[in-house]
Amino acid sequence: MASIRLSNVTKHFKATTAIRDLNLEIKDGEFFCVLGPPGAGKTTLLRLIVGLERPEIGSIEIGDADVSEMHPSKRDIAMIFQNLALYPDKTVFENIVFPLRMQKMDEKTIQKKITKVAKQLKIDGLLEKTPAKLSGGERQRVAIGRAIIRKPRVYLMDEPLSNLDAILRLEMRVTLKALQTDLNETFVYVTHDQVEALSMGDRIAVLNDGKLQQVDTPEKIYRLPENTFVASILGSPPMNFIPCNANGQNTAESITHDCFEISTTSDSFKKLFQAEGEKQNLLLGVRPEDINIHHQNDTDDCIAAEIYVVEPLGNETVVDIKLGDNIIKVLADADFIGTIGEKVWITLRFDRLHFFDKESGQCLLHNSKDSVSRIAPL
Amino acid sequence: MADITLDNLVKKFGRQTAVDHLNLSIKDKEFVAILGPSGCGKTTIMNMISGLLNPDSGQVRFDGKVMNKVPPGKRGVGFVFQNYAIFTYMSVYDNIAFGLKVNKIPPSTIDKEVKAVAELLQVDHLLEMNAGKLSVNDMQKVALGRSMVTKPQIFLLDEPLSNLDAALRSKMRAELKKIQQELGQTTIYVTHDQVEAMSLSGKIAVMNFAVLQQYDTPHNIYNHPVNMFVANFIGSPTINFVEATFQSGELILDDFQGFHFPLSSATANQIQTKLKSDKVVIGIRPEHVKVTNGKNGGNSDIKAEIVNYELLGARTVLYMHPSMNTENIIKSTMPSDFKAKNGNFASLTFEEQHLYVFDKESTELVWRTEATWHQSA
Repeated sequence: MASIRLSNVTKHFKATTAIRDLNLEIKDGEFFCVLGPPGAGKTTLLRLIVGLERPEIGSIEIGDADVSEMHPSKRDIAMIFQNLALYPDKTVFENIVFPLRMQKMDEKTIQKKITKVAKQLKIDGLLEKTPAKLSGGERQRVAIGRAIIRKPRVYLMDEPLSNLDAILRLEMRVTLKALQTDLNETFVYVTHDQVEALSMGDRIAVLNDGKLQQVDTPEKIYRLPENTFVASILGSPPMNFIPCNANGQNTAESITHDCFEISTTSDSFKKLFQAEGEKQNLLLGVRPEDINIHHQNDTDDCIAAEIYVVEPLGNETVVDIKLGDNIIKVLADADFIGTIGEKVWITLRFDRLHFFDKESGQCLLHNSKDSVSRIAPL
Repeated sequence: MADITLDNLVKKFGRQTAVDHLNLSIKDKEFVAILGPSGCGKTTIMNMISGLLNPDSGQVRFDGKVMNKVPPGKRGVGFVFQNYAIFTYMSVYDNIAFGLKVNKIPPSTIDKEVKAVAELLQVDHLLEMNAGKLSVNDMQKVALGRSMVTKPQIFLLDEPLSNLDAALRSKMRAELKKIQQELGQTTIYVTHDQVEAMSLSGKIAVMNFAVLQQYDTPHNIYNHPVNMFVANFIGSPTINFVEATFQSGELILDDFQGFHFPLSSATANQIQTKLKSDKVVIGIRPEHVKVTNGKNGGNSDIKAEIVNYELLGARTVLYMHPSMNTENIIKSTMPSDFKAKNGNFASLTFEEQHLYVFDKESTELVWRTEATWHQSA
């Protein structure tokens, strides 16, 4: 059990900067997910923690000790990879106890330890089999067992589920989360799959292009993204961004799009209007589940749109609609029926609107319930 | 015009049967997904349609014409693979234009077509770039564009979106569907991703172990799966299965220590007539398990402990352990504002109209409400 602290860590590979001035504190006993697209620097981050790479600038602490100069074997970290690296000619038993044999532990203690671990991972019936005879999920458990039995201070996992099929992945997600809760150890889990990060992480760090974008709980990172990158990497389908203009000429300030106008007198909106009389380019961010779709023009906040594509998913329906020149995704009920080209109306959920600066992508405002005075169609 | 008929196709690799007596009829302009776990024979089917593989027996027919002896290049089939197979030393423009140049199309037409496709796929600003320098997402678009531009009558796509990131995948899904509806080529799409199959296609062929399980519309596959494999393969989170006994017009839930689930007499009669044995497995989709916090639900509720929950953004998935002596975990999808806490107790209910009843031994569907059945066109 140990915490991890990275301070001002920078790492280059030739001309590319893999990690840029990264500061991160991972708490003891935390399930910490690092989420980012391929090439974001996720694996480099893990390699830095484990000691396979050395930072050019900055320091890495595990527990309270600076390990920046420490040899990987001395750091007491277990790493579980996408390809599990099990010994194919050894039994499950021999695979798991391998680290203990290296430590020259006595046979009685080994037996005691493996009984416990095998039970914990529900592989006690498989100990005499070889990896080739196991299912994908079982192999995954064996790899985890080999890590657990050493009782390392920290567990690092590099996309361990990405080779499994969808149903097994679902099952392993639950298994891993339960295991971590049970062990109460520090897990650092790297993934490009937002569902894995949201479902397992106590906290999520979003990484892009070697730079830390945001660190927070799954709920906050989903609800209060600090920039468009974070907003779009989470959620399926991801958040919609609708280009708008903020007009601050009059006292009644408004945000306009070709199809609708948001007018407000609320103070919290002040920061969207930087200079009097100047037009600001904004992106209105709204998640597909925060848009309602109607077949009739029921209320005065209904905005006219047109169905572009309908994607039924069984338990829900994704409806792509044309709103002026923009195509946005709306999450509708499973029984939604619509045809391409059909005229529909949408309403936006007031308390779930986000406003981003178009240029920098930084979030300027997360709207709270009452601060929008009115949304009206144009 | 291009409708495709697969007639009793068999393909073996050594002792392994990859495709076992497959019959499939795909109409002109239809979008069909072939869905199944890895190793189920999906790609082998594709390869037999394109002509890269010859079936051991059976026929591949396009518009009634037997194609078994026609070489791949003459079948009028366009391909897109998971690994893009683009020419990395050529420019994006030359990659897209390649198929047209080979067919000796006049340069002015080529130019028009390439630009139109590039615009559609939003790679028009990259036309002069070397294809090897593209991002993964753009490479996949170029691979699609190269095939689209030749306007094949039949379009075969083998997991074309699986290397893309989630946001682009969701965008490309809608674009592919739109493009196919506009161009109207017969399209066959191989995937292991049920979301892609459901959202894109007019019909889905679900495969398992070389055998076709079901061929129907996404709606019917989801609502009327022929067996437990199909029910489990479609839907995320997966369907809940509970073992039960059908007895005097009721379902006794064996997994829940004999909890009685009463049925309407009409439903009970329908089940009675179709049942081979009284041992059944009932299926309930997570979105149909209604959960209230606390132990105070009605008598007809099942009490359960929340053992885990996942905040998935738009929804929260609950994992519950019914407070009876059972290993069974019940999943429920709730709105994201549901307050969940591990160790808390909850009451769960579900309705008869949402039940799927399977025969335990054969795993085949024996009962499902007819209200959700759509007659396919």
